[in-house]
Amino acid sequence: MKSHKPTIVWYQAVTCNGNTHSLLSASSSRLELFLNSFDLIYHPSLTIDTTLDDILKLKDIDFLLVEGAITSDEKYYSINQNSTKNILEKLSQKAKYIISVGSCASYGGVHKKFEQNDDILGVEEIIDTKKYKNLKHEIVNLTGCPVHPEWILQTVFSLNSFSRMSLDDEKRPRELYSNLAHHGCTRNEYFEWKVEGDFGQKEGCLFYDQGCRGPMTHSSCNKILWNDVSSKTRAGMPCIGCTEKDFPRENMLETKKNIGIPLDVPLGIPKRAYLSITGVAKTFKIDRLNKKLMD
Amino acid sequence: MENSLKLFSKKGFYNTTIPDIAKAMKMSVGNMYNYFSSKEELAKYAIKYSTNILAAELREINQMDISSKEKVYLFVKNYFENVKNSPEVVEYFLRVYLSNREVFKEGCEGFLCVGEFVTEVMILLDEGAQNKEFREQDFFPAFAMIMGCLGGFAFLSGEAVLDKDLLEYSDPIADNIYRALKYEES
Ligand code: SF4
Ligand code: SF4
Repeated sequence: MKSHKPTIVWYQAVTCNGNTHSLLSASSSRLELFLNSFDLIYHPSLTIDTTLDDILKLKDIDFLLVEGAITSDEKYYSINQNSTKNILEKLSQKAKYIISVGSCASYGGVHKKFEQNDDILGVEEIIDTKKYKNLKHEIVNLTGCPVHPEWILQTVFSLNSFSRMSLDDEKRPRELYSNLAHHGCTRNEYFEWKVEGDFGQKEGCLFYDQGCRGPMTHSSCNKILWNDVSSKTRAGMPCIGCTEKDFPRENMLETKKNIGIPLDVPLGIPKRAYLSITGVAKTFKIDRLNKKLMD
Repeated sequence: MENSLKLFSKKGFYNTTIPDIAKAMKMSVGNMYNYFSSKEELAKYAIKYSTNILAAELREINQMDISSKEKVYLFVKNYFENVKNSPEVVEYFLRVYLSNREVFKEGCEGFLCVGEFVTEVMILLDEGAQNKEFREQDFFPAFAMIMGCLGGFAFLSGEAVLDKDLLEYSDPIADNIYRALKYEES
């Protein structure tokens, strides 16, 4: 198992495997570059010649990528009669970098909603990084349900080359999460003039009725496109805010309103200002925006 | 500006001339035209001016740390005080703005000139619904409930058909509005 390339261990805890699927749908040339640049020594569904026990015997690992939420409760989830928390702690003693891949590893995600077990947490909440002298960097949270494959690749490449990344308050890389999903959405003009669209249609903005969280969600989905071609909002699916801490929320495909007024307004805009601009914008009926793009 | 509001509300938009207004404002006609290129422009400015007075007052109420119910009561009282003390403000709205829509067609369409006021009503309703004092409903029926009621009452007052002093009706009207908006356990 000697290698000149930085080693990557992909540890799966309580997960649906979605981030693995996401990784596999990375653009093929980028994925190839990734596999040539790093040594993916362990992934429970992708590697065959190494077991988790082998990994636990190693002295060090360069990158520990964690997919899924963590629990110390073996009754609900265990691997080799061990809790996911115990294994995570052992692996964390070896890693130079720990990256939480996806919202579950970052904050507990969907699994945190499981009411019978209140001990389901994200990596950062469960391990005390001060204990691990081997770590060269804070834990990086790559939120998303699933996380965009390109964000995983960019993060490991950046950390490998520069040993550091600038993180926001939620410990997400700024270069990937400073934008909002709203930025680069092809529906921006409809948003400006308050023209609502229908699910799955090319026309209209999905903010007013369909719950689009683009204007409040930090992500670069519309800047770094999925499969190089599209994004939820481009395809007519509202952004459900999967990169934020409050994900998953209730009734995600509905805009929560009070007496017809949206509860949440775009980030950084006072509600009064937003409402007065909206009222004015709605006054204009722009034919072009009310017509189908193609008849 | 109050003087031109008065003139417009008393004589109607078409019977009021620029020289009349200039005279009321103690200005020369030439000087008037320095400010407003036409009577229409003046009328549009006047609707913004008059509703912004109401908007500023409602904003103050909205910012108070009191229940939404109390806000409704205060707002109604405030509105009736305006009707009583500066009838031209509300009368201009009722007798000029609502009755001569063609004058306001361009540049004052929709919420363009009354936006600040409508926004404050939105904030009042939104906060009331957020703290579960008001029930969930569409915006326009709720808006019309408040403004239709107040406008109608201002009209009755203008026609001098009310038995009592306008302000004596303030609490019963506020009570009606509040009951129409109020949250109900289902
Ligand atoms: S669909 Fe969503 S992301 Fe796109 S413009 Fe509308 S609010 Fe913004
Ligand atoms: S568009 Fe929104 S919901 Fe979709 S992946 Fe991006 S952040 Fe998540």
